[in-house]
Amino acid sequence: MYNFASGPLVWIAFIVFVGGMVYQFVTLLRSAKKDKVIYPYMSAKYGLRSLLHWLIPFATTNMRLRYETTIVTFAFHLCLILVPIFLTAHVAMVSFGWGAKWGTLSDGAADWLTILVVLAAVFFLVRRWMLPEVRFVTNPSDYLLLAIAAAPFITGFMAHKQWFDYETMVVIHMISGAVMLMAIPFTRLSHMLFFPFTRAYMGSEFGAVRHVKDW
Amino acid sequence: MGSPAMKLPELPIVGDPGLDENAKNLTPERIAEVINRVIDRETAARFRVYMNTCVHCGLCSDACHWFLSNDRDPRFSPVGKVKQTVWEMLRKKGRVDPDFIKDCSRIAQTECNMCRRCSMYCQVGIDVAYMLLTVRRICHELEMVPQFMQDTVNSHAVTLNQMWVKQDEWIDTLQWQEEEAKSEVVTARIPLDKEGADIFYSVIAPEPKILAQLIGNMAQIMAVAKIDWTMPSFDGWDNSNMAMYSGDFETMGRVERAHHEAALKLKVKRIVMGECGHAFRGAVYDGPKWLGWLEPPVPVIHAVDFYHELITSGRIKIAKKFDEPVTVQEPCNIVRGRGLGAKLREIIHATCSDFRPPEPSFEHNYCCGAGGGVINCGPPWKTSRVKGNSVKAEQLAATKAHIIITPCHNCHSGIEDIISGYKLGMHVKFFSEILMETMEIPDELRAE
Amino acid sequence: MEQAAQEKLNDAWDWEIPSKLVADLDDWREQFSEVQELVVSQDGERIAAIVKADDALTVCVNGDTWTSTFEKAWALHFGPDGRLACIVMNDDEWTVAQEDEPWEERYDYVWNLRFSPDGSGVAANIRTSDGYGVVLNGEPWDAKFLQMRSCEISPDGLSVAGNVQLEALSEGDIFTFRKGLWGLAVNGEPWDAHFLNVWDSVFSDDGAKVAAEVRIEPGLQTIAVNGVPWPETFRAVWQPIFVPGSHDVVAPGLAAGAWKLLMNGKPLWNRSFAQVWHQTFSPDRQRLAAVVASSFGRWTIAVDGDAWKTTFGDAVLPPVFSPNGRRVAAVVKENNRWTIAVDGIPWPEDFDMVWDPVFSPDGGIVAARAVQGKEFYMVLNGKVISLGCAKLWDPVFSPDGSQLLLKAIEFGRLYRKVVPIKQLLA
Ligand code: HEM
Ligand code: HEM
Ligand code: SF4
Ligand code: SF4
Ligand code: SF4
Repeated sequence: MYNFASGPLVWIAFIVFVGGMVYQFVTLLRSAKKDKVIYPYMSAKYGLRSLLHWLIPFATTNMRLRYETTIVTFAFHLCLILVPIFLTAHVAMVSFGWGAKWGTLSDGAADWLTILVVLAAVFFLVRRWMLPEVRFVTNPSDYLLLAIAAAPFITGFMAHKQWFDYETMVVIHMISGAVMLMAIPFTRLSHMLFFPFTRAYMGSEFGAVRHVKDW
Repeated sequence: MGSPAMKLPELPIVGDPGLDENAKNLTPERIAEVINRVIDRETAARFRVYMNTCVHCGLCSDACHWFLSNDRDPRFSPVGKVKQTVWEMLRKKGRVDPDFIKDCSRIAQTECNMCRRCSMYCQVGIDVAYMLLTVRRICHELEMVPQFMQDTVNSHAVTLNQMWVKQDEWIDTLQWQEEEAKSEVVTARIPLDKEGADIFYSVIAPEPKILAQLIGNMAQIMAVAKIDWTMPSFDGWDNSNMAMYSGDFETMGRVERAHHEAALKLKVKRIVMGECGHAFRGAVYDGPKWLGWLEPPVPVIHAVDFYHELITSGRIKIAKKFDEPVTVQEPCNIVRGRGLGAKLREIIHATCSDFRPPEPSFEHNYCCGAGGGVINCGPPWKTSRVKGNSVKAEQLAATKAHIIITPCHNCHSGIEDIISGYKLGMHVKFFSEILMETMEIPDELRAE
Repeated sequence: MEQAAQEKLNDAWDWEIPSKLVADLDDWREQFSEVQELVVSQDGERIAAIVKADDALTVCVNGDTWTSTFEKAWALHFGPDGRLACIVMNDDEWTVAQEDEPWEERYDYVWNLRFSPDGSGVAANIRTSDGYGVVLNGEPWDAKFLQMRSCEISPDGLSVAGNVQLEALSEGDIFTFRKGLWGLAVNGEPWDAHFLNVWDSVFSDDGAKVAAEVRIEPGLQTIAVNGVPWPETFRAVWQPIFVPGSHDVVAPGLAAGAWKLLMNGKPLWNRSFAQVWHQTFSPDRQRLAAVVASSFGRWTIAVDGDAWKTTFGDAVLPPVFSPNGRRVAAVVKENNRWTIAVDGIPWPEDFDMVWDPVFSPDGGIVAARAVQGKEFYMVLNGKVISLGCAKLWDPVFSPDGSQLLLKAIEFGRLYRKVVPIKQLLA
């Protein structure tokens, strides 16, 4: 089982992830052609201008309206992407198989950042319950997606801390990691892929066509 | 399974024959056919991507005056409106009942102004107004449009203007207003069908119907500024377009085509349009797009832009400034929709000595609540419309101004309703009315 | 037909006098407190304007005023036969005045003044206390309607059609409207069929048939010919035309998101466009051209289904055929600059405004008037061939194509000039 999870499953996960993203991307380009205004309206300058504003904490009006959500969102997403990439264990696995190597996080830092992600996930969960406007638009799938995103962190942490049976925990972790990767292209987690395009389109429409800011 | 159950107060039931009567003709088959056809064939990338990108975070809520004014009732948040309409349609694959469509029409037609403020608040840049416009399209295809809105669209379809103005009434009104203008400024004229004029001045139908003096005012302004202008005696003079907002895009296209063809036929260099927001949107964005133009074939200039040009170029001089405290209603369709906020401030500063800026302002201004066709849904919906914009009343009251300059016909009526609904004791004026009071009329042009 | 009639007329014109002063307009401006828009006859021999003298309006032609005066007057035009007409009012009664002769009968209102191609028919919409109708050459229809919004005159000048409202509608009554209250009246006789809407009608050459755009259901439009709609329906249609000399009808229609040109309801060309309109037959009926958007935002002309390779971003105006039908030209606009494209090739020069191209009889030369800054210029095959002047009207080629008639206002005067083409091209 361990062998499968650390070998073929990783491959499968990455192939599905990359293949899925490519598929979604190509479909996006195709259907964008049918939506006749998209290409004519797209503007590199205004698209990037908008993206930049929305990638800098507190650069937009709405981010300033809700400090806590902004901080948590940025922390959550930054860690979500960076922690797994710079994690000693992950890098070790890759370099063992491929020889490639890059800088790693110290164990302590990784632990704390992982906890941060989990706490952020808890924050999102509580927010979903507490704020009527979020609760009203919450589907069961939203909990599921939050769980899928948080699971690798929880299980990875548990494995690292050797809680319960290490071997089982690592396998569970690997499965949860694989599930998350494979879920990205095919669920609303695909906002990772679509975000730059929706943002750039809105930025172009506001900037190039309507001559205003969109933040 | 839907969302976790939430206890929300019942919304008052509003009767509207356009919805109540027409709902009786709906069958589940027809509803499903229309929903699936519109979503599969008439939408493409944006609709699909927006559906997959919305993370249900609710962060767009604080953008919407409906949400803010209704005690943060989640049914009025932008994404809340999408959930109650689009999400359900997709989840049930179009198999929804007539009552559901009735709710969709209420939500999309009467509880969203298409003002796009939410697009500036959604982190991922989702165009909620576009999603709700798609809902309106579906409701239109099912003939589930509020009565007064549909009547306005019927007028567009028959007369190519918004208020059933007959052809003879139109020309007669222009000739009458020419007389009126001449009694103030001797050289004032309203040249009809003048081929090769620099400017085609277009208006919205309420002007000839109920506010004819605005046309007379314009004739005076044009005469003082010595502008070579014209108005068509034929259909196409009306730049307004409620069909754009009811989802009847075919009628929208016909109306917009008539407007642009009039400009091409008159061989003018520009269309200048009166003070109207949605008309600008129709003439510059939605209309040309539907017809196949990326940009209008002849440049379309909004009155605010035009007045700015007249004042900064010195063609119009200001005799004495207006000194009552004024503030401004910045119409979404020309401020958020065209970036005319700065020019609007400049012409106000040029003509008024006591300007009280509103907050929020510029592209962050709140919609008046009347736009997007909401006011055209008529009296049945007025109570909810005024209730749905208490933030606007608070925003205006805080300026302590007496006069609200409002360069948009829809905003004009919408703000008037808010003033009376919340007893603000303020008054609304078009910018042209301010200009008429402050503009210098040289002695040689003055009648008598 | 129109062309042939025109040529016959041109033949009779004076092609001998190289230059002639027709009227001194500065004099007019001194004489009258107001001189409105100037109109010039086709042959350039007469210039007219509505003018104000002693607080009343009248018409001044070549310096002489009409004897009739009016409280209001508008829509001054030279008809194709050279007769001058306008719409006039005294004591709140309106009528048409032709060459200083007001028509006898008066109406509550008159508008939409129309001429048949040879000028023999002059018609307008009227409103009387009994309702709306049409007057043709001074004879009003007996039938009156609740409302009428167009006046379309047949090529022979004998018939008039217009869309009419058949049943009263109170404002806000969407249910009565839904039954279809609009029809088309031809010579006062409404079609049996009624529709949600009837728009833009057109007569066949022989005047026997009338086609119009109709809306039969909220989302369905088609073309009706003498009241009978095509069995095929579309999401939208544009104005139909008849194939010259026949009863076949060609119109653009929108289905499944694409525009096609249709004949009698069936696709005519085997391709679709992002837009098609202003379809126009060549004088010999052999070729059909139309304005098309070959893709979103790119406009051009398609001839017999083949679009020009060059496309334009802003606008393309209705195509104009050469008299022999071999060449096609149209006014085009790109980056807010106007010019003319002939057989797909735009002139290198562009202008602030340009009027429709005029072909020489053999099609070899294309002339047009253009505006640059404040002045008008005559342009021949893309080259400016005149000095700037205050105003120009459309040029006319002599029947043998050797000379060009120019009508120009220079130094406040109207000159009629006949210039040899050779001299202009040199
Ligand atoms: C699918 C392939 C994956 C494999 C094979 C894998 C493997 C591992 C291994 C072997 C460990 C080390 C446990 C230890 O320290 O002994 C680990 C830890 C961890 N992994 Fe993964 N992982 C995968 C995917 C992911 C993903 C997609 C994420 C997050 C998005 C993730 C987040 C983490 C975290 C947060 C830790 C522990 C951090 C700490 O507290 O030290 N992993 N992973
Ligand atoms: C790299 C590009 C990404 C961007 C720009 C992005 C952006 C956003 C934004 C703007 C939000 C809404 C704000 C919020 O509720 O905090 C959000 C929410 C969320 N994102 Fe991302 N995201 C990205 C990648 C990811 C990835 C890779 C995942 C997980 C696999 C993810 C999981 C989530 C989740 C679960 C939420 C919902 C939080 C909630 O329940 O409210 N995101 N993202
Ligand atoms: S477009 Fe305006 S009215 Fe509509 S949901 Fe968004 S903010 Fe509210
Ligand atoms: S802010 Fe955007 S992503 Fe969030 S719920 Fe609103 S529309 Fe969806
Ligand atoms: S009516 Fe005025 S404020 Fe409201 S949407 Fe239109 S432009 Fe906006």
